[in-house]
Amino acid sequence: MTTDRRHIKLLIGLGVVAAVLLAKIFSIQVLDEHYKIDADINSTVREMILPTRGVIYDRNGNILVGNKVAYDILVNPREVEAFDTLALAAVLDVTPEFLRGKMDEYHRNRRKIGFQSVTMLKQIPAETYNRFAEVQYRFPGFRGQVRGIRDYPINAGGNLLGYVSEVNQAYIDKHPGEYRSGDYAGMTGIEAAREKELRGEKGYHIFLRNSHNQIEQPYKDGAFDKEAVPGHDIVTTIDANLQQYGQELMQNKVGALVAIEPSTGEILALVSSPGIDVDQLADIGKHYDEIAKNPYRPMYNRAVQASYPPGSVFKLVNGLIGLEEGVLRPEMMYPCNHGYHFGAGHKLGCHGHKSPLNMEESIMMSCNAYYCYVLKNILDNKKFDGDYGEALDHWHDMVTSFGFGTKLGSDFPNEFSGSIPTAKTYNRAYGKGRWNSTTVISLSIGQGEILATPMHLANLCATVANRGYYYIPHIIKASEGVEIDPKYYEKQYTKVSPEHFPKVIKGMWRACNSGAGMGGTAWVAHIDGLDVCGKTGTAQNPRGADNSVFICFAPMDDPKIAIAAYVENGGFGATYAAPMASLMVEKYLKGEVKREDLEKRMKEANLMSRVKKD
Amino acid sequence: MIGENTHQRGLKQSIDWKLIGVYILLVLIGWVNIYASIHSEDPASIFDWSVRSGKQFVWMLTAFGLAGLILFVLPPRLWESASVPMYVIVCALLVLVIFVSKDVKGSHSWFELGPIKFQPAEISKITTSLLLASVMSRQNFKITQWKDFLLAAAIIAVPMLIIVAESETGSALVYAGFIFVLYREGFSGWWLGLIGLVILLFITTLTISPYTSILILIGILTLCNAFMGPRKEFWKRLGIGVGFVALMAVLPWLWGMLQGAVQGHLDWMERVAWVPTARESQTYRWAFLLKIKPLYILLGLSFLLLPFLGIRAFRGKDGFLGLSLAAFIVGVVLVFSTDFIFQNVLQDHQRSRIEVLLGMKEDLAGVGYNVNQSKIAIGSGGLTGKGFLQGTQTAFGFVPEQSTDFIFCTVGEEWGFVGCLVVILLYVFLIVRLILDAERCRESFNRIYGYCVASCIFMHLFINIGMTVGLMPVIGIPLPLLSYGGSSLWAFTVLIFIFVALYRQEKKYF
Repeated sequence: MTTDRRHIKLLIGLGVVAAVLLAKIFSIQVLDEHYKIDADINSTVREMILPTRGVIYDRNGNILVGNKVAYDILVNPREVEAFDTLALAAVLDVTPEFLRGKMDEYHRNRRKIGFQSVTMLKQIPAETYNRFAEVQYRFPGFRGQVRGIRDYPINAGGNLLGYVSEVNQAYIDKHPGEYRSGDYAGMTGIEAAREKELRGEKGYHIFLRNSHNQIEQPYKDGAFDKEAVPGHDIVTTIDANLQQYGQELMQNKVGALVAIEPSTGEILALVSSPGIDVDQLADIGKHYDEIAKNPYRPMYNRAVQASYPPGSVFKLVNGLIGLEEGVLRPEMMYPCNHGYHFGAGHKLGCHGHKSPLNMEESIMMSCNAYYCYVLKNILDNKKFDGDYGEALDHWHDMVTSFGFGTKLGSDFPNEFSGSIPTAKTYNRAYGKGRWNSTTVISLSIGQGEILATPMHLANLCATVANRGYYYIPHIIKASEGVEIDPKYYEKQYTKVSPEHFPKVIKGMWRACNSGAGMGGTAWVAHIDGLDVCGKTGTAQNPRGADNSVFICFAPMDDPKIAIAAYVENGGFGATYAAPMASLMVEKYLKGEVKREDLEKRMKEANLMSRVKKD
Repeated sequence: MIGENTHQRGLKQSIDWKLIGVYILLVLIGWVNIYASIHSEDPASIFDWSVRSGKQFVWMLTAFGLAGLILFVLPPRLWESASVPMYVIVCALLVLVIFVSKDVKGSHSWFELGPIKFQPAEISKITTSLLLASVMSRQNFKITQWKDFLLAAAIIAVPMLIIVAESETGSALVYAGFIFVLYREGFSGWWLGLIGLVILLFITTLTISPYTSILILIGILTLCNAFMGPRKEFWKRLGIGVGFVALMAVLPWLWGMLQGAVQGHLDWMERVAWVPTARESQTYRWAFLLKIKPLYILLGLSFLLLPFLGIRAFRGKDGFLGLSLAAFIVGVVLVFSTDFIFQNVLQDHQRSRIEVLLGMKEDLAGVGYNVNQSKIAIGSGGLTGKGFLQGTQTAFGFVPEQSTDFIFCTVGEEWGFVGCLVVILLYVFLIVRLILDAERCRESFNRIYGYCVASCIFMHLFINIGMTVGLMPVIGIPLPLLSYGGSSLWAFTVLIFIFVALYRQEKKYF
């Protein structure tokens, strides 16, 4: 075998391999531009500029949530040189172990961190920050950062406002491209619902590094820089003073207060008790566990999430439906012999009052028997020829036109719908055709299968105040840069003609304004010169004492406020709910409360021992 | 002795000064680029002992001293005569290091004696080359004889396998380059081709499928048979081969269609037409045949053909056909064991590196990080580079190991394509010079040793630069003479200068 020419073949092979390498190098160096762009990205530094978060105002221009300054300590691990751990620990008020632990952590994650700065300490006191600033030069790689944090000048609406906290990985993943580790975002309430408007847009300055890792100059003279855009301010419909007053009234009670301006549907106050204080919001990280573990569940917004039996305030709805259907006329008299007797020895009880009585008086005195007759009339309506199912479904349609049994569509994302029964409900329970008007008689007084949120009740009150329509309750006002859904400007008419409402309102007026001893259930709600119209309710609570319920609006002829109060285990409607709602009305319309004794009694009452914990 | 001197040529004639010139040029280029690759805010002097360029300066000086020692002091005869004991000692060190060394990124290959660290694997390239040259240059050694071939192969394989055991796969891969030495000394080119085929099959099995690999195997074997067979059978053999491969190439597709159709029919009978006897039909009974993978059909058909072709080969005394059939069987075994090797023999990091290299996995943050950053650094250099000390990618430490294994990135970034071209041409010149000098040697020991040196440098060059530009997996081996590190520089200096000394000796006396 000749081997003479083999070295030639080997040399040719060498040439081929060298040519392949050079071709590949030529392609990535000369033909392909994308490596140069990547290199630019590698060698620029972006300095983030955080926008100011929008301020949240109440309806009168008072600041509910503002911004104040917090001081953080950042570290760029690649720039850190050997430093005096003890000295830095003393300056920053931390232990040397903490610093060592942090530095170890950064070392472990160095590839992930790269040339970025990471936040080592958050919200340190201003004194500490100033002390650090004086000696910062001794600790290369460490620097301070001034950052805006939330400030709450008034303790109003903790539950509504929600909190802002640092985003976690799950949150970042859920909003791809919008957040980076270390960013803050609204997590609950208005802060979360209006996050997009509030957060603004981050800006950045791009700098070029030279080969000695020194920042040299703005990249392309700042042509690619972006300034931060501050967040939009949010104006709420809340009246901060009223909200705060409501919270004070509801302290040590479980329940909700909802006040609505009937002419707009704007929510003036929305109290859920127990709630979250704003100083807890300001430092949510520290208080989160305490709030989450509280057996009374302060995070749970009872005003829109709790489904309660409405009790006697629901008589208004039944009365209005009766009038609309023509099965009730205001002058009709029905007897009440301490209740409504039906079947063999069955009775739906009532309290002592005059008998017989007409519709106005039935509202004023909250007669149970009267509404048993009303509901019976509605369901036994000849129009339906004894078909209770059809009659009940018709009743259901009328009721839901008041917003009951549906989500009202407010700007609370977690609103509950409550429930209003249909024929199906009872067909399922008793079988088709095996029930009649007496089976469902507790619906007449707002018990049984009816569940509604306090906001539904406030909305009912606003509907009555408006004589037949409501605006969907909402908490955000349109303002510059912030739009609200046009549906909030539309009147929502019920299926009951407006002509029937004044008859009911008269009864509500008499309940509050007949003077003590006349049998009006809500005389405690009377306020001189304000023509308060109200309706009490005492709803059965299977978990203990009755719930105290009251709705009222005032003034009668030009309603400015409609309010619902629901106090769990509060007893009669007139015991807690009516005085509290009335005090709210007085506070809102008169600016100050004259009935100091009543106010004191309400504020100091403590019903927590009556409430079963979850 | 004085008398002898009159027959000697002077230093000027006897030493290959061009070779030494290229050597020095490469070492200096390495030194300058090591200096450039140090990322620091305030640049130190290139001689500063506290940074790598300063240390490399010292390694350079000692390496030059070592070169002088080999060239002028040590007797050139020493190398051949001491090749056996040196080989044995170094192999012993290779084994020893596994047990006494610290774990460096999973490998056990460094001796540490106080401040001095060295890898016996570096030295073993020299001793293996020497022993290989010594054995193969014996009078009666013929590589075409099985016994001699196995001896040569064993000399290469022993250190190679120990180094694999040290988890230094990269260094072990360099030993594969000795195959070129064997080729030069008469080893069949077919074997070289066969090794290439094995690598091809390995890659296609992993990246495409075993089916494709076997198809490629059949295609290549039939093509070879067409070319090697009698001229009058050329078209017949080519036609049969191409036809079979083409048919088999569409088989998986046809098979899929048939499966779909039959399954559709069975479903229709059972679910739509409610044929009560659907399960007793012939179609149903034989439908299981469709579950056979096309791969096994291909194999079945091929093995049915084997005895027929075997008889043909035997009757027609067609040795090449017989060998092809054997190669086919071996190839099939290889393809099937490839998956096994890939999953069980290779280590996790090696497997993932191969996966990234073969494009089976895109992972820029993990294993692919090195290659991507390295390509960015080289790619950003453009045609003429950013200029000395102006590189940002290597200097900021984006590229890992930027002064050792990835030193070529600094060349690429700061000197651009022009710099890369110059460096690669210098290496090509070095290797060409080594081969041509070796060819001029009269003693086969010198020639074979020269080829060994050329092969080692070639393998390092190809693997290292291939790695930095993404043609090879990330295998940590240095770029000869350029990379930072005393142990590597000394080893290549000794490797090269033993040849320079041997060549000088030839020139001196002949």
